[in-house]
Amino acid sequence: MKKGKALLEVKGLRVAVAGNEILKGVDLTIRDGEVHAIMGPNGSGKSTLAQVLAGHPAYTVLAGTAQYEGKDLLDMKPEERARAGVFLAFQYPVEVRGITNSYFLRSALNALRRERGEPELDPIDFLQVLEAKLKSIGWDDSMMNRPVNEGFSGGEKKRNEILQLAVLEPRLAILDETDSGLDIDALRTVAEAVNQLRNPKRAFLIVTHYQRLLNYITPDVVHVLADGRIVRSGGPELAQELEAKGYDWLRDGVMVS
Amino acid sequence: MTSIEAHVQQPYKYGFVTDIESEVVPAGLSEDVIRLISGKKGEPEWMLDWRLKAYRNWLKMQEPHWPNVKYGPIDYQAISYYAAPKQQPKLDSLDQVDPKLVATFEKLGIPIEEQKRLTGVAVDAVFDSVSVATTFQAELAKYGVIFCPISQAIREHPDLVQQYIGTVVPYNDNFFAALNSAVFTDGSFVYVPNGVRCPLELSTYFRINASSTGQFERTLIIAEEGSYVSYLEGCSAPMRDENQLHAAVVELVALDRATIKYSTIQNWYPGDEEGRGGIYNFVTKRGKCAGTNSKISWTQVETGSAITWKYPGCILQGDNSIGEFYSVAVTSHRQQADTGTKMIHLGRNTRSTIVSKGISAGRGQNTYRGLVKIMKGAEGARNYSQCDSMLIGDKCGAHTFPYIDVRNSTAIMEHEASTSKIGEDQIFYLRQRGLSAEDAVSMIVNGFCKEVFKELPMEFAVEATRLLGISLEGSVG
Ligand SMILES: Nc1ncnc2c1ncn2[C@@H]1O[C@H](COP(=O)(O)OP(=O)(O)OP(=O)(O)O)[C@@H](O)[C@H]1O
Ligand SMILES: [Mg+2]
Repeated sequence: MKKGKALLEVKGLRVAVAGNEILKGVDLTIRDGEVHAIMGPNGSGKSTLAQVLAGHPAYTVLAGTAQYEGKDLLDMKPEERARAGVFLAFQYPVEVRGITNSYFLRSALNALRRERGEPELDPIDFLQVLEAKLKSIGWDDSMMNRPVNEGFSGGEKKRNEILQLAVLEPRLAILDETDSGLDIDALRTVAEAVNQLRNPKRAFLIVTHYQRLLNYITPDVVHVLADGRIVRSGGPELAQELEAKGYDWLRDGVMVS
Repeated sequence: MTSIEAHVQQPYKYGFVTDIESEVVPAGLSEDVIRLISGKKGEPEWMLDWRLKAYRNWLKMQEPHWPNVKYGPIDYQAISYYAAPKQQPKLDSLDQVDPKLVATFEKLGIPIEEQKRLTGVAVDAVFDSVSVATTFQAELAKYGVIFCPISQAIREHPDLVQQYIGTVVPYNDNFFAALNSAVFTDGSFVYVPNGVRCPLELSTYFRINASSTGQFERTLIIAEEGSYVSYLEGCSAPMRDENQLHAAVVELVALDRATIKYSTIQNWYPGDEEGRGGIYNFVTKRGKCAGTNSKISWTQVETGSAITWKYPGCILQGDNSIGEFYSVAVTSHRQQADTGTKMIHLGRNTRSTIVSKGISAGRGQNTYRGLVKIMKGAEGARNYSQCDSMLIGDKCGAHTFPYIDVRNSTAIMEHEASTSKIGEDQIFYLRQRGLSAEDAVSMIVNGFCKEVFKELPMEFAVEATRLLGISLEGSVG
């Protein structure tokens, strides 16, 4: 199988937060159309990697590079990354009081459209775009008139992230534990929505703790992040192995090597 | 300074000075100065007597220092109490307004020329101590609505003024109200007759221009039985290192079934980053719901002034009357605001609603101070209060002092309060979706203030949100 072009190329990435080095040299290449899963123990730095790729200002890059579409990703502002097609589905989505979900999402879409030189959508046009996407995650528009994430259940917040992903159609979608807190049906719906969005021009980086999700979304590559480093990469079978054995055998491996 | 703070602390855009020859009365306050002001306005004897009575009372009063604000002593003898552009315009002909004044108001977004006027809005433009133009007066007169500078009302409708002035805010109500009663110059007078729904939004724009002066405007609005009026005031002042005093009094009277909606967009010069200069905005505003089923609604968006001290309140005298207070107060740099409301329930089944949003940034200090008083006779009174504070950065402060005094056991009181911080996480979430840092802050602040902005007349909601650097489009409603 011919490999796609490298969409994201991370090399030797070291990142600190609040003075502590969390990522201690991460290398990762994601090509067009690929789905990568990242697994690893709590606190190993998975969210840190996701956040730093999206440009969260609290994270300091100590060393290393990240090229996205051949550009220096780390040099771009968060909104520039977003407009260039980097999307992060947050582990803990934020609430925005007084702003409807629908207004927020339309503003976001219009920010991307402006970047691409496309005309902005008015509320009516937007509704048409929205309709099909809502269906894909099994929602009606009642969730759209509520303030962004305010009073949403944990699962609803996650579904809302996937709705945004579906509407904003990024090139690189980073999902940080989107499966956590979803019931079985919601998990299947979300996974199906993601599968629908898979295409040769879009890549995924999926952070998860559970093999369960990967039963629905078959990854091309599975990585294990432990103590700030990718300690093992493999195919989908690696996830199954982890499910059976846990992480300890890998950690020991790190110590030996 | 974070991007959030930088965005909230935008430079003041209205700080220019109009170069115009003015007649400024020498600094100082005395009975002679009061006689001079009264004389310039061509007032009847009773008005002068009232002023002098207020002045003599004021001399015995102490400047209040209970608000949660700090400032150096004010020298009342160093202020000039009257300043007016020369070549006073004739009030019956707007064409004769000095072009410099026309240009000034145009620059402030308040066109007073016939052909450029805002449709649906009648404007009274006050420059220092005088009104320079009032639009649509003749149009309003067809409905029996009087909308004119208060000095004109004192001359042309003395009975009405005499009947109501000082009935809601007595001349000795407080230190600044007494000072205002002694030296007040222009402000607006509104009278809406029985059963008339005022066909236009009424609006007054106050501009301070001369230095070393104070502005002491007085506004009186009377809504007769079954009438309705919506009134909005705006203001601004040049950037100067000195502090200028603005001590206004506003009185509203709503008779049976009348509704008065009073909105303020306060944008006085707030001073610079170091807290140099800016207006001291010490204001007394009160409405009396005198009639049954009457309603008074205050909406304020306070973004300016070095110091704000104001508590627009309602005396709910008529049975079933309703008082409302919706407020957004923003303090950035070193601004201080101590603002809130007083709801005094006298009548039966009276209801009041208080929604206060305080936003503090930089080293701003924002205090909500509110009093809800339910008197003995106010059977079935209800109050709902909601006070929300938002902090931007960690050098600012938010304070809440809700006072409650309930003397009737049937009263139902509800109070909610919250304090939140705009965090980097919240901003980041929005930026991750492609919004600029500025748009992100705007959206968050806009959402926070939504319940207040939706009370503003449409024509001004945009202006208010723009003042907070906010794009309104679609999000409020
Ligand atoms: N803003 C922060 N301030 C201080 N420490 C932080 C911050 N963000 C992350 N850390 C620390 O960095 C380490 C890695 O956190 P991260 O969230 O990346 O882990 P994770 O792999 O996503 O864990 P989980 O599986 O629990 O989500 C943790 O020890 C965490 O406490
Ligand atoms: Mg995590």
